[in-house]
Amino acid sequence: MGAVDLTQFHKTFFEESLEGLDAMEAALLALDSGSTDHELVHTIFRAAHSIKGGAATFGFAEVAAFTHVAESLLEEVRSERRGVDGELIDLLLRSVDCLRAMLDHTSHGLPAADADSEALRGELVRLVSGEAAPAPAAATPAAASVDGWAIRFVALPHLLQTGNDPLRLFRELQQLGQLDVCRAFVVDAAPTQLAELDPGQCWLGWELRLHGAVARADVAAVFDWVEGDCELTIEPIAAASVAPVAPVAVAPTLVAPPVAAPAAPVASPAPASAPRPVRETAAASSEGSSIRVGIDKVDALINMMGELVITQSMLSDIGEHFHLSQLERLREGLLQLERNTRELQESVMRIRMLPIGSVFNRFPRLVRDLERKLGKQVKLELHGEHTELDKTVLEKIGDPLVHLVRNAIDHGLESPEQRRAAGKNETGTLRLDAYHEGGNIVVQISDDGAGLNRAAIVAKAEQRGLIRPGQEVDDAEVAELIFQPGFSTAAQATDLSGRGVGMDVVRRNVRDLGGSVGVRSQSGKGSVFTIALPLTLAIIDGLVTAVGEERYIVPLISIVESLRLRPEMVRKIAGGGEVFHFRNEYLPIMRLHRAFGCNAAITEIERGIVVVVEEEGRRVGLLVDDLLGQQQAVVKSLEAHYQRVQGISGATILSDGSVALIVDVCGVVRLGQRGKAAA
Amino acid sequence: MAKILAVDDSASMRGMVAFTLRGAGHEVTEAENGQLALDAARGNAFELVLADVNMPVMDGIAMVRQLRALDAYKGVPILMLTTESHTEKKMEGKAAGATGWLVKPFDPEQLLATVKRVLG
Repeated sequence: MGAVDLTQFHKTFFEESLEGLDAMEAALLALDSGSTDHELVHTIFRAAHSIKGGAATFGFAEVAAFTHVAESLLEEVRSERRGVDGELIDLLLRSVDCLRAMLDHTSHGLPAADADSEALRGELVRLVSGEAAPAPAAATPAAASVDGWAIRFVALPHLLQTGNDPLRLFRELQQLGQLDVCRAFVVDAAPTQLAELDPGQCWLGWELRLHGAVARADVAAVFDWVEGDCELTIEPIAAASVAPVAPVAVAPTLVAPPVAAPAAPVASPAPASAPRPVRETAAASSEGSSIRVGIDKVDALINMMGELVITQSMLSDIGEHFHLSQLERLREGLLQLERNTRELQESVMRIRMLPIGSVFNRFPRLVRDLERKLGKQVKLELHGEHTELDKTVLEKIGDPLVHLVRNAIDHGLESPEQRRAAGKNETGTLRLDAYHEGGNIVVQISDDGAGLNRAAIVAKAEQRGLIRPGQEVDDAEVAELIFQPGFSTAAQATDLSGRGVGMDVVRRNVRDLGGSVGVRSQSGKGSVFTIALPLTLAIIDGLVTAVGEERYIVPLISIVESLRLRPEMVRKIAGGGEVFHFRNEYLPIMRLHRAFGCNAAITEIERGIVVVVEEEGRRVGLLVDDLLGQQQAVVKSLEAHYQRVQGISGATILSDGSVALIVDVCGVVRLGQRGKAAA
Repeated sequence: MAKILAVDDSASMRGMVAFTLRGAGHEVTEAENGQLALDAARGNAFELVLADVNMPVMDGIAMVRQLRALDAYKGVPILMLTTESHTEKKMEGKAAGATGWLVKPFDPEQLLATVKRVLG
């Protein structure tokens, strides 16, 4: 058999190791917050232990060496030789971070250890009491110059019950050298009555001689598994005193023919291949990602499939000998087909859904770090961790959430002194919620801090020219201001929030996912940021519109209002642009037929319909011929089949089989803005 | 070739063990923890059990103890997959009725050699 290729298991190893580290981190944080559950310690230990075992097996020596020390430390905790304090948890949390980095490097073929990891390993080593340097396994002592070994082996009655078999031991000895069985005997204590004899017990002993230049350790190794299950003496056969007793072949049936291939010493796993010097960042993200699906979801799918097959056979049965009297049955069958299809669709979608808990889980750590850094006291509450989100949405919602949480702690929650002065509990509460609402998943970040600082926001907005000095703004408008590009009110940028990323980026990220974000705030009571996300990116709710002979779908989430304009509402501006008056502002009109070059479309504005859409706070009116209705659209990528088209985000197939393009509102608004700028 | 039960909570280790043994022609059933292993063992006649020690739900030691309590598994070899650093675990495993152990890390050849050692 050729060598087994272990690289196929690397990906699994990295995945499970990262999961293990997540579990370890969560357990450490739970310990930190005062839990005394011993199972937590086991969880932490088990994670380190598994990573160590896997890393060593798959040849990641540096990761193995690091986890080895961490594990030794954890073993002391587990056996209650060492108490847990904040310092230890800090150290272990840093070890978790370090291991994540090491695994990341390793998975990209880079050396895992660096100065930081070595320094941290040093800290761990110093802490572990009496930790001997992890010396490589002691070299096998040189074979002693003996002629062989006299072995006396007396099985204890229970030896067979451990699954061991003297026969196997003799076979192994035979592979080491020439084995003679000098004597086999029945132990004195053996029962003498047949009735008392238990076939599961062994009452035999042997005197053996093994000839050849065999190391004692090798002989002892044969018996390592039966230590405690036998009486064993191994003595060298003195070269001079060889008075070979004529070997008596007692119980020859016990000795099997020598096994052909001696167990050769096995080479240790090959070291990891030479690391590539440069990390290929581009390649990293394009690696095929996998998804772990609960078996219940797969079962549901199979179940649904079964029903679909039944419906199909029923329909084809009707179709084969159709008679008008069966019309009712046909209708029933089609209804059933519709139901099956819908259920199947939902089941398939559910496969991509993962609980948001995996994102929430990173917050206890973040909050803990922020508390220490900012000198605030925060109680984090997580609710709705089991709420499921599309995998793609889940992967991309992490950063905006982190940003909102940082902001809430940095700007929202006050210091303990300020809170005390305001008559509040010194510990602020930060609450994360996730739940279903309509066709959306809602994620809320609420704090009981000071609320939005209205005066500061207004002053800043005036300074930035977002509003006119002295302009009246209501609370909703104030809340909107913080989402404007470039807006930041922090008196000074801390290294936490002031990283050049504002709420506008949060909003853009959420919009990219087809979602929306808003804030409600009450002075002195706190703020609530609400993110609404679509259940999946694969299906959108859209408004089907007609433009000439074409159909365009406008995502419902972007639509503010649809209206028919009267001629006097439209103003022509210099350069040929058109605007219309809408709720105290002038919005540009974007003629979709012109933007997309459609024929036979309505060109008189008053005969068509204007759909007001909003993106990043900017609104435009899209001129279409007519509104045809609302429809769920399964998004097909244009890029995958054709190429990227400005203003179009994808295509879908309508119920009559024709293709409709989905309007990329963001792109269209940008097109409109450019048109205006050019005008 | 033998029917073997491979028990480990780590998918990569389990995968490696199962893949290696299958490559050598054995019929391998995988289990994620001691409890699942027991469930599998009850419905099958495995000729060898390979089990990790540290596992959630039911660890390897408890699994061995319970397996040995089943008539069908009184004399079946059970090997623990342990690490060198845990001599006391080896002894605990033995006391529970394990046949022997294979020290992690091991490579496929070592695994096959050890399996051959018990199965002959």
